[in-house]
Amino acid sequence: MSPAPKVTAVLDVDALIDDPGTRVLVCCGSGGVGKTTTSAALAIRAAERGRRTVVLTIDPAKRLAQALGLQALSNEPGRVEAADGGALSATDGRGELHAMMLDMRRTFDEMVQSHSPPDRAEKIISNPFYQTISSSFSGTQEYMAMEKLGQLAATGEWDLIVVDTPPSRSALDFLDAPQRMSTFLDGRMIRLLSSPARAGGKGLRKLVGAGFSLFARGVGTILGGQLLADASAFVQAFDTMFGGFRERAEATYELLRSPGTAFVVVAAPEPDALREAAYFVDRLSAEGMPLSGLVLNRTHPVLAPLSATRARDAADGLRGAPLAAAVLRLHADRVDLADREERLLARFTSAHPAVAVTRVPVVSGDITDLDGLREIGARLAAASDVTGAEAVASEQSLRPAR
Amino acid sequence: MVSGKGGTGKTTVAAALALALASGGRRTLLIEVEGRQGIAQLFDTPPLPYEERKIAVAPGGGEVRALAVDPEAALLEYLELFYRLGMAGRTLRRMGAIEFATTLAPGLRDVLLTGKAKECVARNRPDGRPVYDAVIVDAPPTGRIVSFLDVTTAMADLARSGPIHGQAEGVVRLLHSPLTAVHLVTLLEDLPVTETLETVDQLLAVGLPPGAVIANQVRPQWLPDRSVTAAANGRVDADRIRAGLSTAGLDLSTDVLDGLVAETVEHAVRVHGETTALARLGPPLLELPRLIDGVDLGSLYGLAEALVEQGVGVGAGVLA
Repeated sequence: MSPAPKVTAVLDVDALIDDPGTRVLVCCGSGGVGKTTTSAALAIRAAERGRRTVVLTIDPAKRLAQALGLQALSNEPGRVEAADGGALSATDGRGELHAMMLDMRRTFDEMVQSHSPPDRAEKIISNPFYQTISSSFSGTQEYMAMEKLGQLAATGEWDLIVVDTPPSRSALDFLDAPQRMSTFLDGRMIRLLSSPARAGGKGLRKLVGAGFSLFARGVGTILGGQLLADASAFVQAFDTMFGGFRERAEATYELLRSPGTAFVVVAAPEPDALREAAYFVDRLSAEGMPLSGLVLNRTHPVLAPLSATRARDAADGLRGAPLAAAVLRLHADRVDLADREERLLARFTSAHPAVAVTRVPVVSGDITDLDGLREIGARLAAASDVTGAEAVASEQSLRPAR
Repeated sequence: MVSGKGGTGKTTVAAALALALASGGRRTLLIEVEGRQGIAQLFDTPPLPYEERKIAVAPGGGEVRALAVDPEAALLEYLELFYRLGMAGRTLRRMGAIEFATTLAPGLRDVLLTGKAKECVARNRPDGRPVYDAVIVDAPPTGRIVSFLDVTTAMADLARSGPIHGQAEGVVRLLHSPLTAVHLVTLLEDLPVTETLETVDQLLAVGLPPGAVIANQVRPQWLPDRSVTAAANGRVDADRIRAGLSTAGLDLSTDVLDGLVAETVEHAVRVHGETTALARLGPPLLELPRLIDGVDLGSLYGLAEALVEQGVGVGAGVLA
């Protein structure tokens, strides 16, 4: 068996989502750990506990989107209703759940339109280079998620905004991408490339010397004149609105640092995901951003206290009882798996002892309806100081049909 | 080319494939293109530079080399070749000018990466044999693999002539030839399998050759086939289990037995899902087991061996 886990602080999910001071809840984590599902489950739980909640999802799986009543990209929140068409049942009647799926292209278009006079906005949007930037630049999705969050917060309509973050390899991308995009859109580089003689000032020319004109010529040859001309026209048209653009990004960044914002990091019990989670935890603390805790998603707690060795020995000794032998062997595998997951978590918590943790035992199969999300919500909130195994065993709904 | 949905273990599989194809005295090159140093972590070596390095000895005397291609370094390499930037190159890179240039046209990054891979494939030893018997690319995930390999479309955004354009034509020929195969790594779960099947169709649509599907992290099935469906629906004969266990001297309390039954149901649900997933995939299919303790260098050799046992080898058809 694994060494007894050290006393780990427990993430009390219900306290977090019930706290009227929590206005924004951001779910971060590397790709494939279940961020979108976690966000949706937190949102539905918050709504049913009486908060007027909106969840901003990014690229949800089809059936999850359907469960939330999202048929297509929708740039405005729509109310989520229970399967029977009635409202979600909140204890005090105020709770509501609204959901949306980020449409990054439309968010970008709307931003351009709101920041510049119509003729100029038209010019920007029809520029071929804008089309590239607004659809395939890595970082656009993060930037637009931030922008949308800023808009939702500015309405003042919501008790709680739950934000899913774009799928990326690194959880840090969510914090870094907007800055990268700002740097990119700040016209300095493109001016250097399109008219190196005039831009950059003497100091810079002295620094890179003739190398720069050569570089600009080389890049021009590779990319082609048309692309550079489009890019240059785009940046010029964009220039006037750039200040406003950056201001908004900064305002949203400040919102993330404010006391009303809570971050939860989602990780699967795998080395890569936990390593990314650790980077992210360090980064949040360096930025002075408030981390609420870690959601360790899709764990496999042991449901029967019987050691792997004893189970395997007994299976080896069984004759003529294939079902019982199979049960013992699958149990032994499960004990090994649970041990490994606890070891990985222990490695994380010993480096980050202050981070509160909640374990979410795996739900087999896809989430296809609101009940599935409620179930995840219940597991998220089944926080106590008992181990995951006991927490699960105590949940009546998890007992198998007999 | 090895791709797969995020989280399916494509880097591990690419590394095991590089080892398997190098066994018996061959030499392979494992290329990383996403700048995350996954190969170095896997082989427990310091971060890879933009330079081919030997990282492992294969069973039977072969060797695996590795290379982390970085599009910015590749662009500088090109520019150096044609324009001799000298010291300015480094300054430009520090200023972000190189990154900016590759960002202007997202397709350019991909062309630089596949171009470097092509250069490695085409390189010959003095005696005329290729330097590498096989080149394995730990390619971008399935969401991006088609645009990554569809060099023709990427080039449409770029200049119609010039040094990169010339090379890109060679890359297109190579990628669309029988010398290339795009292997897809998946888990036996609904979403990754769906994404794998969609990717196969997308690859075929642009004339790229799909290779094998590799089901990774396959876990053992303990239940007899005939019990799986019933158990997956929650029907487990607890009395029979109890009786069986007592013959082995295990007399368990009801609570413990309930726990075992619950675990059995979860196991059956998973096995049922995996069987369905396997049926959807069809051949050519390779399987790799789930490693309970995670992947380290030793277990990587075990995975390579599992691939060799399933017929993987240079000139072996499916994975040639």
